[in-house]
Amino acid sequence: MSNASAVQAPERLGLLRVLGPGHVWALGVGIVLVGEYMGWNFSVGKGGMIAGLVACWVAGLLYTCVAMIDSEVTSTVAAAGGQYAQAKHIVGPLMAFNVGLFLVMAYTMLEAANAITIGFLLDTVAGMLGHTGLNQQPFIIMTILALAYLNYRGVLASLSFNLVITAFAFVAIIVLFLAVQFGASAVPLDFSAVTNEPLPYGWLGIIAALHFGLWYYLGIEGTCQAAEEVRSPARSLPFGTMAGIMTLVIAATLTWYVCSGLIPWEYLGSAGTPLFDAARVTGNSSLMVLLFIGTVFATTASANGCINDASRAWFSMGRDRYLPSWFGAVHPRYRTPYRSIVFLIPIALIFALGAPLDQVVTFSILSGLLGYTFMTFNMVMFRKKWPLDTIKRGYVHPWHPLPAVVLLVLCAATYFAVFLGYGTQLIAMLCFYIIASLWFHFWRYRFVKRGDQFTMPWPRPQGY
Amino acid sequence: MAYQPPKQSLAGQVVDVIVLLVLTVGALYLPLYMGLAGAAKTPAPIENPTWEALGQNAAEQQQWAALGFPDAASANDIITARFDYTFSWTALIVMVVAVVGYFILVVRLSDKEYREVIDERFGKSGKG
Repeated sequence: MSNASAVQAPERLGLLRVLGPGHVWALGVGIVLVGEYMGWNFSVGKGGMIAGLVACWVAGLLYTCVAMIDSEVTSTVAAAGGQYAQAKHIVGPLMAFNVGLFLVMAYTMLEAANAITIGFLLDTVAGMLGHTGLNQQPFIIMTILALAYLNYRGVLASLSFNLVITAFAFVAIIVLFLAVQFGASAVPLDFSAVTNEPLPYGWLGIIAALHFGLWYYLGIEGTCQAAEEVRSPARSLPFGTMAGIMTLVIAATLTWYVCSGLIPWEYLGSAGTPLFDAARVTGNSSLMVLLFIGTVFATTASANGCINDASRAWFSMGRDRYLPSWFGAVHPRYRTPYRSIVFLIPIALIFALGAPLDQVVTFSILSGLLGYTFMTFNMVMFRKKWPLDTIKRGYVHPWHPLPAVVLLVLCAATYFAVFLGYGTQLIAMLCFYIIASLWFHFWRYRFVKRGDQFTMPWPRPQGY
Repeated sequence: MAYQPPKQSLAGQVVDVIVLLVLTVGALYLPLYMGLAGAAKTPAPIENPTWEALGQNAAEQQQWAALGFPDAASANDIITARFDYTFSWTALIVMVVAVVGYFILVVRLSDKEYREVIDERFGKSGKG
């Protein structure tokens, strides 16, 4: 029998529940849409045009599994921190600590990558206008500071801002596609490489391309970071997340089509801003301006969402004493995790100003991949410890355990894809997480209140 | 009786954060400084390049020109660059062991902590 009702959690200042499904969609797509504007095209470089498209769809399948699993667990474990809170209730404190680090690393590195891209884009455009040698650093610093301030002031203002600029960036991709289809480009679409050189690296290239195929969608799982601030988690989280995945699959396919048709695959495979480059090839100045603004908005929206998500994960770990409890404070007026937001600013700046873009991107992808691997056994353990009839779920995903099995297979393939070229980095990261885990288990865990790690009003898990 | 954690001093809290920061920055920068991070394409430029010799048709030549590559020589390195995907099976096995071993370690240690949490939250069960 459960004695959950006998245990009263102490009252504490909570986050405001102000977000609807539109904000959830904006948070997810806002973080991820930048993947269409930069980074995805490295998958074409790793495997060729066909491999890039296959990677786009296979990664879409991977993220559909992620969204299905996440929607069920998050709509039931509606607490700030998303997957972190899930791990705490389903697997245990050490797993939660690791998941919290995955989230903070993935989002902070993505935030840094976005700021680097804004600096790079402004430098490129300044060069096109005849002003060479632009100092990118002030723009990188201003981007991170301005967005951190917005997050400091309140989640509603921050995500409403994201809603508007994300919608603009998405519409810009649609407009580019339609404009090219209706003859606005001075240079014709050309897909001859699909038949002339379909797989320059053979079938191995398709697997290798999966590494950067993840970049099309990386971060969509960020929707559940806001679980504690959503008015109706059971409705808003599944709806917002699924709508986000559908939006991204459409945007990713259109992006591949336009870019592959307008840019030679050898150039596309290493381009810094592929959609902006596609607009340049059309020779249409209106499209160039539109895609310039779209790129700025996409990177800004992504960085904004990353600050929101990373700070929530850091805040949650501080609140649970996995990190110093000082980080677990909520702003008395704005009701935001302000100390976590401020603390993560210098970390983002260190990487944005001092590390190469490809290293930052790979660090983000690897942290995300470890998190998706966790989701597979987390889902199986969730159903095993609390079968469907034992607790009320906001959403029940179909065909369990098929999505978890498919996700595990795709994760294994992606580890191999990362191994092809980035194996050392993968091993280095695993060493980091292993050392951090031992540090937590044998040192930090002594400061954690055991009983406080389980706050959901559920019965005792089966088997314990 | 519920477990009462010790109170951590401010200095101890600062040290803990510094430890994590050092680990984080080290994980990213160490492979970089050792020259082991990332993959690079290796160009294999051809002599006396022409667009035809590089396999670029008329439409692709227009695209290269719009991107700022007026002739075949300027695009020679980009078009001929390729990744090298040869790998060592030993390295692959090391990676598999590292990934699987990491998750086994974390899940096993987590389970030990989780049982303490459940026992304190719901009372001793006599299992585990």
